[in-house]
Amino acid sequence: MKNVSVDAPEKQIEIPKEALLETARRLLSEGFTNLHCITAVDKIQYMELIYIFYFMDKHACVILKTRLALNDLTVESLANIWRSADWLEREVYDLFGVKFLNHPDLKRILNPDDWDVHPLRKDFSRPDIIKKPKS
Amino acid sequence: MAVIEKIPASGLIERFPGGAIVLATGESVLKWSKASSLWPLTFGLACCAIEMISTGASRFDIDRFGAGVFRASPRQCDVMIVAGTICVKMGDCMKRLYAQMPEPKYVIAMGNCAISGGIFYHDTYSVVKGTESLGIPVDVNIPGCPPRPENLLFGLMKLQEKILKESAASGRNEKRVR
Repeated sequence: MKNVSVDAPEKQIEIPKEALLETARRLLSEGFTNLHCITAVDKIQYMELIYIFYFMDKHACVILKTRLALNDLTVESLANIWRSADWLEREVYDLFGVKFLNHPDLKRILNPDDWDVHPLRKDFSRPDIIKKPKS
Repeated sequence: MAVIEKIPASGLIERFPGGAIVLATGESVLKWSKASSLWPLTFGLACCAIEMISTGASRFDIDRFGAGVFRASPRQCDVMIVAGTICVKMGDCMKRLYAQMPEPKYVIAMGNCAISGGIFYHDTYSVVKGTESLGIPVDVNIPGCPPRPENLLFGLMKLQEKILKESAASGRNEKRVR
């Protein structure tokens, strides 16, 4: 495992969301067989969606980023290409409210099914949350 | 007969002087047997459950206090040891489990999370702020993060004391929230 730098920052690719499916298929054919992680960051002006792919034999990874406008939080699902995307996308839907088009079973995975809020968004609040007092 | 003088309810049960006769009220025998055989629910929520499991294992041995029969069904349990952080989704399950336990039933809140939410008190969306906020009455609170097995055993002995001091077995739950 010597001389392996997995998380070098220059391996990030930023793409428009329309090109996601095509880029993902290209990455799979190049050998990135493992979709390791999907997550999102609420940047207040926009939502940033982050995919991490692994190339197992070469211990290499690539980070794919795409921006979503807050008034249009929809993106194509990768669940038909990587089965691991199924639950990861459900988690992102649960916590950030990003809707994945053509997902086989898009419902909440962690939080109660009757919630209509998404907890990791910056504007999230619930009446039962007790704010930590500033000391 | 020497064994009877050592039981925790001595004072409630008395040996008749000079003879092989024991005097006791039915109530005190009932209390003694209730306190001496508490069957906990197999119910662990977080890291406190590891301490509870350790208490059940041979080193600390909760069986010494008659509370080692962890049952997998709430129908067969007397005491629910709430061992760990209560998530919002688990709160509903807990209410159902408590409702399924037959009377008389007791609740031990083990650890800070089960008492008040603990370190998850501030700024969390997913954690219930303690067992009592669910409407489940708590008999013994055991602070600690997590409490050591000795603390759990001490809490159990406090619960046994509480059962032995109860005024009546029947009237206890009338004012309870269901």
